[in-house]
Amino acid sequence: MSAEDTLAPDTPVENPAPSGPNYGEILYNGIWKNNPALVQLLGLCPLLAVTSTVVNAIGLGLATTVVLLGSNIAVSLIRNYVSEAVRLPAFVMIIASFTTCIELIMQAYTYELYQILGIFIPLIVTNCAILGRADAFASRNPVAPSALDGLMMGLGFTMVLVLLGAMRELIGQGTLFTDMHLLFGEMATSWRLEIFSNYPNVLFAILPPGAFIGLGLLIAIKNYLDEKEKARIAKEQEGQEKVSRRVRVTD
Amino acid sequence: MALLRITSPHTHRAGRRTSWVMLMVILATIPGLIAQTWFFGYGTLINLVIAMLTALVSEALILKIRQRPIGFFLKDYSAILTAVLLALALPPTVPWWLTVTAVAFSIIFAKQVYGGLGNNPFNPAMVGYAICLVSFPVPMTQWIGAAGAVPSFSDSLAAIFGTLPTIDSYTMATPLDAFKHKQGMMSSEAFATVPGLQELSLSSWMWVNLAYLAGGLFLIWQRIITWHTPVSMLAALAVMAGFFYAIDPSNAASPLFHLTSGAAMLGAFFIATDPVSSCTSNRGKLFYGAGIGILVYIIRTWGGYPDGVAFGVLLMNFAAPLLDYYTQPRTYGHKKAKKGINPGGEG
Repeated sequence: MSAEDTLAPDTPVENPAPSGPNYGEILYNGIWKNNPALVQLLGLCPLLAVTSTVVNAIGLGLATTVVLLGSNIAVSLIRNYVSEAVRLPAFVMIIASFTTCIELIMQAYTYELYQILGIFIPLIVTNCAILGRADAFASRNPVAPSALDGLMMGLGFTMVLVLLGAMRELIGQGTLFTDMHLLFGEMATSWRLEIFSNYPNVLFAILPPGAFIGLGLLIAIKNYLDEKEKARIAKEQEGQEKVSRRVRVTD
Repeated sequence: MALLRITSPHTHRAGRRTSWVMLMVILATIPGLIAQTWFFGYGTLINLVIAMLTALVSEALILKIRQRPIGFFLKDYSAILTAVLLALALPPTVPWWLTVTAVAFSIIFAKQVYGGLGNNPFNPAMVGYAICLVSFPVPMTQWIGAAGAVPSFSDSLAAIFGTLPTIDSYTMATPLDAFKHKQGMMSSEAFATVPGLQELSLSSWMWVNLAYLAGGLFLIWQRIITWHTPVSMLAALAVMAGFFYAIDPSNAASPLFHLTSGAAMLGAFFIATDPVSSCTSNRGKLFYGAGIGILVYIIRTWGGYPDGVAFGVLLMNFAAPLLDYYTQPRTYGHKKAKKGINPGGEG
């Protein structure tokens, strides 16, 4: 039974295998075009809850990336042996195993950060971005593209987390990279930047509403950049069409 | 012919354009403004100037980004009204950047992001106020104590621009704040001893509230607002206060105290009656106002903040569309509409 046979007829297929995996496109999809946080809007619960500082954002982002990478590889490996009916429970089991590993690793090496992130580390299991990638991509693609997809989706997610964390930390406390030693050891203590001195803490940015508004602004910026890019491409094509038409006239 | 998109508030009287209505509401705040300046110093006036400038600049900026006619929308005075209401609601000693943050947030995030005047689901001024109250609780709850020490103009200016370190000598808790933190004292004991609850402080707040009441009555007389929202809000607040005062007069404050403290009158006549974010039908306005009154009492008595008008108004803004749906007036010649599921299929 090949991967194509397991597909339900009406499920959309991303990057169908016969044409060969397009690694550039997978990369572009994960980071920008199909970014889990900005476009798919998946995994918003941890995204909004823990991004109050950069270090929290990096911590959770990396944990999620590792789980995504691992689960995508594992799901891709077993994709031909798991029947359609039980695939989702099987995927969730895989994701839960990887999450447990990450949780134990973080408990062992970054205990303080583990305590700060709290329930949101075990909750990576329920992050729909991960199950979404497992079902939509890894279960119908070979191992190499699946691994790249997991890595890129994870990095795209981490990128948004870090941007949002930086925004909220800057507006909320007037600093950047506070407490980085929780993740990178003692030498990172001096990374703390105090952008504004004597800054009154803006609690609003640290509280959940600030996260919603910050995410809204990030999505708006992304859409604005996309529109600009689209306009630029349209202009270029117009120019090319004119050239080709002139060629046809002389023909 | 250019089709101008006319937004609500829709008025049916000839010559009553949005700008006229907004201007009248601004004018009606003048008695309250004078009373507040008299009792709490020039800080309110300075805040007013800062707030208006910020409102005009941020409104013009966003209109330019949205490619709307800037002059047309600036001339409807709605941004100015938001600025006026915020300047009146903010303490007279808040630093200038707090006023700027509150007004800019009101205009940009609570109003223009939703599509400008007429499209905002929440009262912009109260969104800005709530944001600042959540973010900067300390400067937002310090008021000039009215105990004979009103700061001079230069002292107010210095307080706002952060060059007066001794501003604490002028500020004290408002009566509502002081009463909330009486810490187990009997009411009578608190009124006798706590500085924020002395006669002078109470009476200055009472005069401020009476001045807003006068402005509000002018608005009702001019038929710019209807009586429904303010009356039901104040009545609900009074009933709640009266009920708990009757049960336990040693711990609760009297209805008169609640009606003449904090932003009760400003909220009832100027903020809750915002035609965009409040209910449209008259019956809906009654429920809407009553909801605000009840919430204000609950937040004042058991909540985390001394006054609850901003949160009360915002929470009832959420409910306004639903209230309007269930209180739609019957059109002439039609039977009463049946609401909800009608399994019998009759009618």
